Amino acid sequence: MSDLISLLAETWAYLLANSARFFELLREHLTLVFVSEALAIIVAVPLGIAATRNDRVNSIVSGFGNVAQTVPTLAVIALAFPILGLGFLPSVVGLFAYSLLPILTNTIAGIESVSDSTVDAARGMGMTDWEILRKVRLPLALPVIFAGIRTSVVLNVGSAYLAFFIGGGGLGVWVIGGIKLFSTTQLLAGAIPGALLAITLDGLLGLAQRRLGTETASDRTAAAA
Amino acid sequence: MIQFDNVHKQYSDGTQAVNGLSFEVEEGTTTVLVGPSGCGKTTTMQLVNRLEEPTEGTVYYDGTDIQELPATELRRQIGYVIQDIGLFDHMTIAENVATVPELKGWDDDRTDERVDELLDLMGLPPEEYRESYPGELSGGQQQRVGVARALAAGPDVMLMDEPFGALDPITRENLQDEFLDIQEEIETTIIFVTHDINEALKMGDKIAMMNDGELVQYDTPAAMLEAPATKFVEDFIGPDRTLKQLRVLQVSEIMRTEVPDEHRDVVDAFDPADTVMADGGELIPVTPTDSAQVALSRCIQAGVRALPVVEDATVIGVVTEEDIRGYHADEIEATSE
Ligand SMILES: Nc1ncnc2c1ncn2[C@@H]1O[C@H](COP(=O)(O)OP(=O)(O)OP(=O)(O)O)[C@@H](O)[C@H]1O
Ligand SMILES: [Mg+2]
Repeated sequence: MSDLISLLAETWAYLLANSARFFELLREHLTLVFVSEALAIIVAVPLGIAATRNDRVNSIVSGFGNVAQTVPTLAVIALAFPILGLGFLPSVVGLFAYSLLPILTNTIAGIESVSDSTVDAARGMGMTDWEILRKVRLPLALPVIFAGIRTSVVLNVGSAYLAFFIGGGGLGVWVIGGIKLFSTTQLLAGAIPGALLAITLDGLLGLAQRRLGTETASDRTAAAA
Repeated sequence: MIQFDNVHKQYSDGTQAVNGLSFEVEEGTTTVLVGPSGCGKTTTMQLVNRLEEPTEGTVYYDGTDIQELPATELRRQIGYVIQDIGLFDHMTIAENVATVPELKGWDDDRTDERVDELLDLMGLPPEEYRESYPGELSGGQQQRVGVARALAAGPDVMLMDEPFGALDPITRENLQDEFLDIQEEIETTIIFVTHDINEALKMGDKIAMMNDGELVQYDTPAAMLEAPATKFVEDFIGPDRTLKQLRVLQVSEIMRTEVPDEHRDVVDAFDPADTVMADGGELIPVTPTDSAQVALSRCIQAGVRALPVVEDATVIGVVTEEDIRGYHADEIEATSE
C-alpha cells in the first residue's frame, strides 16, 4: 500500500518536473483523438445512412465491419505505416479507421430500429424519403448514434497510445518509453492522465447524451414516471 | 370519389392479399371495410394512398387513375390514421398534428390555430396537451391525436385503419359517437377499417364485407342485415341479426306523425317542462335519431306500448311497439318474396 502511495507521489513529482513536455504530449494526444474522431463522424454517419437506404452499400459496409472488428488496432496502425509513412497523418488515418466502426454500426442500428408503423405513418402522410429521413428517422436514431460516438471516443483515447509506434506522438511516448527504460513513474505519468481523460470524456458525453434523451422520446416516459 | 375496378394485389412473396375488388365509395359518405384478420382490409386501404400498388386493375380518385397522380401530393390530400397509431415519439402533440400542414407549407399562425381547433375537437384541451409527448398519453388519447393528425390539413378523403382498436369498450363507444358528430361537420369521404361488425354497422353508410381478399357483399348496413348475401356474411353478422337491425333502424323511419287515439295518453303525459329526464320508471321520450332498439327497450322498461318522439322539446309523433315489431315482420316478408 505504502509502495503504491510513494509510486503515485513519484509520478506526481515526475509530472510536475516535466510539465511542459506533459502538456505537449497531451496536446498531441488530444489532437490525434479529436481529428480522427471528427473525420470518423463525418464519414460514418452518412455512410451508415447510405447503408440503410441501399442494400448493396449495406452488404459492403457490414462486410467491412465484420472484418474490421477482428483486426487489432495495432495492425491498423501498422498497415497505415507502409502506405503513408511515419508521423501525424498515418496515425490519424489509423485511428480514424478504427473509430469508424462503432459509429457506423450504431447509425445503422439506430435508423433501422425506428418502427415500421412510424415510417408508414410518415410516408402515408406524404413525406418524401428525404423528409422521412430528416424529420423522423434521424431524430429518433440520434440517441443511439450518439451512444456510438461515445464508445468510439473512449476507444480512440486508448488506441491513440499506439500512435507512438509510427511517430504520431501523444502520451504513448511516455508509456512505451517507460516500458523500455523500466521506468514505472514515466509509464504511469503517461498512462494515468489517459485513463482520466477517457473517464472524463465518457462522463461528459454521457451527460450530453442524457440531455439528448430527454429531448427525444426514449427517456421521457421514465422521467415523467 | 374512390373507385376500385377489378383490383388485384399480390405481394412479392406470393401472398394474394386482394383479389378482383370492384366497388365505389361515394363522395361525402363513410364506407366501412370489415372482415376477419388478414382478409386484406389494410392492403385495400393502402392501395388508395399508393403505399401499395395494384398488380392488376385500377384505382380511381375523382375519376383519375391514381397511378397518374404524384404519390406524395395524393397522400397529402388524404388523411391517414394507421392501424398502429404511429405517432412520432420525438415530437410534441402539437408538432405531430401539424405534420401535414407543415409539409404543405402553411404559415405558422394558420397551423397553430388549426392545431388548437383540432385538439379541442378531439377533447384534448390544447393548453394541457400541446407540449406533451405521445409517451405521456394514454392509448385512447394517442388514438385521438392520430385522428387529429389525419384531419389536420382538411383532407378530401380520410383512410382510418381500426382507429379505435385496442381500446376498452366504453372509451371506444365514446370515440365512435364523437367521431360521428365530427363527421357531420367535416363532410369528408371516409374509408374506415374494422373487424368489429357492430362498429361497422354503427359507422358506415355502406359496408364492404371482405373475406380472403374478395368482396363478399357491398351494401348499406340495413340491406346487409336484411339480406346477407352468403353464409359467411350471415355468420359474420352473428346470431342476433334482428337485434342489430333494430339498432340501425332510426325512430324517424318508423314513427307516426299522426298520433292514433289509443296512444294519445303517452303524448299527453309528456310535459316538455320537466319530463325529459328519467326518474323512477317515468316515461322517457325518444328523439328521431334514436334507434328502434332504444325505443323498444324504453317501452319495455316503462311498461308502455308507445313513446312520444320529441325534438326541440316538442312532441313530433309517436313510435309504437307494434310498429317496431311490424316493421320487422314486413322486412321478413319482403325478403322472402
Ligand atoms: N408487406 C406484405 N408482404 C407480404 N404479405 C403481406 C404484406 N402485408 C400484408 N400481407 C398479407 O396479406 C394479407 C392481407 O393483409 P392485410 O394486412 O391487408 O389484412 P387485414 O385485413 O388488414 O388484417 P388485420 O385485420 O389483421 O389488420 C395477409 O395474409 C397478410 O399476411
Ligand atoms: Mg389491417
